[in-house]
Amino acid sequence: MSTTVDTDRSAPAAAEPTTRAVKRVRVETPFQRFASEFMESPIATAALVVLTVIVALALLAPFITPQNPYDLGQVDVLDARLPPGGESMTGMTFWLGTDGAGRDLFSAILYGLRISLAVGIFSGFLALVIGAAVGLIAAYAGGRIETIIMRVVDLQLSFPAVLIALMLVAVLGKGVDKIIIALVIVQWAYYARTVRGSALVERQKEYVEAARCLGLSHSRILFRHILPNCMPPLIVVATVQTASAIALEATLSFLGVGLPQTEPSLGLLIANGHEYLLSGKYWISTFPGVALLLTIMSINLVGDQLRDVLNPRLRR
Amino acid sequence: MTTAQAPDTATLTVRNLETHFFTRVGVAKAVNNVSFYVNPGEILGLVGESGSGKSVTGFSIMGLIDPPGRVVGGEILYDGQNLANLDDETMRGIRGNRIAMIFQDPMMTLNPVLRVDTQMVEAVRAHQDVSHATALELSRAALEQVGIPSPERRLKSYPHELSGGMRQRVAIAIAFINKPDLIIADEPTTALDVTIQAQILFEAQQLCRETGTAMIWITHDLAVVAALADRIAVMYAGRIVETGSTDDVIDRPVHPYTEGLLGSVPSRNVGGTRLTQIPGMTPSLLNLPEGCAFRTRCSYADSACHSEPAETKPVDGRIVRCVHPLLTEAGA
Repeated sequence: MSTTVDTDRSAPAAAEPTTRAVKRVRVETPFQRFASEFMESPIATAALVVLTVIVALALLAPFITPQNPYDLGQVDVLDARLPPGGESMTGMTFWLGTDGAGRDLFSAILYGLRISLAVGIFSGFLALVIGAAVGLIAAYAGGRIETIIMRVVDLQLSFPAVLIALMLVAVLGKGVDKIIIALVIVQWAYYARTVRGSALVERQKEYVEAARCLGLSHSRILFRHILPNCMPPLIVVATVQTASAIALEATLSFLGVGLPQTEPSLGLLIANGHEYLLSGKYWISTFPGVALLLTIMSINLVGDQLRDVLNPRLRR
Repeated sequence: MTTAQAPDTATLTVRNLETHFFTRVGVAKAVNNVSFYVNPGEILGLVGESGSGKSVTGFSIMGLIDPPGRVVGGEILYDGQNLANLDDETMRGIRGNRIAMIFQDPMMTLNPVLRVDTQMVEAVRAHQDVSHATALELSRAALEQVGIPSPERRLKSYPHELSGGMRQRVAIAIAFINKPDLIIADEPTTALDVTIQAQILFEAQQLCRETGTAMIWITHDLAVVAALADRIAVMYAGRIVETGSTDDVIDRPVHPYTEGLLGSVPSRNVGGTRLTQIPGMTPSLLNLPEGCAFRTRCSYADSACHSEPAETKPVDGRIVRCVHPLLTEAGA
């Protein structure tokens, strides 16, 4: 939608048509149009704000948290399970309470967010790169190569993601790197399928034929010409898959096979608190849970709006 | 069989080209024993209706026939080599470099997400070992050559910011940018309005004359080739049925199909009469009538047409596939 036709300026435009016409085209860059369309939904805008705050809090965690939850010297077991607003012996206030080990929950949540987001984004990015490359090759090569790749994708997608991830982590062992490997293996297939779908459409288009007529190499046609045209659906899938990677990591950590106890992610914090739930100490599980919920929900809402804005068929 | 006697200086000589498509329901002989040549600086009009095999001929020359299609016979001679036998890598060095192509729809042939300069520089650097700056300068000059005003600004544009005619000019500039010996233009003006079409035709003709580039102009529009081409080859159902100089073919058609085509073109000089049309439809390539493919629609056809007509030269300078040519040397 172009909102660039400015009536007040069209009168002098007649005097110098060429320069004015060009300037008017330049008033709204594609990014500005994209941004204004995105902002049309107040919910998505709110989600984007929440997401930005969450990411900022996670990034700045070492500077704003009252305590480093990984530094055992700062954690006192005597402060364990204090309710929200409780005070430690040293006079420190725990606004969100403490967990079973005496960690300040606010600090632990921010540090947990760092790990959850980093794992989600990094594994999502790796899976995107691998999946997109594989999907592109499948669509471009066609024939037997495509069949083999896509049957592997089908096979993988027919298993529940948690099941595959659990098996992989059981084999690989604990650790941030292992979790990322498991998540990438679970998720590349989604990207591969998405990219193949749009690449199949794109490769039929005449500009690909024209590029072949220019004598360009296969890799150049694939990555410079076809891939950029497949980006919109890829961006949408990337946001959704990043959210699901975070959820999957939390699930694995909750089940105790994810990240190590010494570096708790959100899932582990929830797991640590669930045994106290029935004894009325709700805060240990609830606050990390709320943080996880807000993160995933805001990513999904942003992703939904991206899909609407990037999909020309849904354009009004 | 008399084949086109191509001069030694011809840029491209096609001899007995056969391109078949092996479909599930049978073999479609899209290009069937086609021979022609183009000289440097010459424009050859390849005329025919949809499905007559003119585009497939173009793609066969470029080596871009995808399965289930395949060039099964004949020679495509360019620069002493048979393009039909070249491997992919060698052919890639020729495509876009020595032989370029222009497509029908300028909305579709430019990549929508890449700027014009990116696409042009890429075309140059795919074949010439030059710096980015040199390639950019070449691109600017090429845009100027095809009559694009303020080329610097156009280079920074995305395709959607340009009009249809402007985009086709960019496509033509890209085709000419590596100074090819031959350009295959596949209905490049069909998607444009008539005034722009006239300008583009004029510019393309001028560029060919200036640079000595040979051109094969594929079209279904006789009016276009009449104004543009030096020679015309008329295709019907995968075969060239008549070849000759433009004036000869337009003024004195020898093949009944050419006569039918010309009869169905409206003229501004003769008013009030019904346009004659060729009865029937183009036969399916999978199910061609035996003998002459045109015989079921031809008013001159008789039992002699049941056998395949050979190439004959009923009139000087004309090659025709018909047993009943409308003009013969004796009768002319």
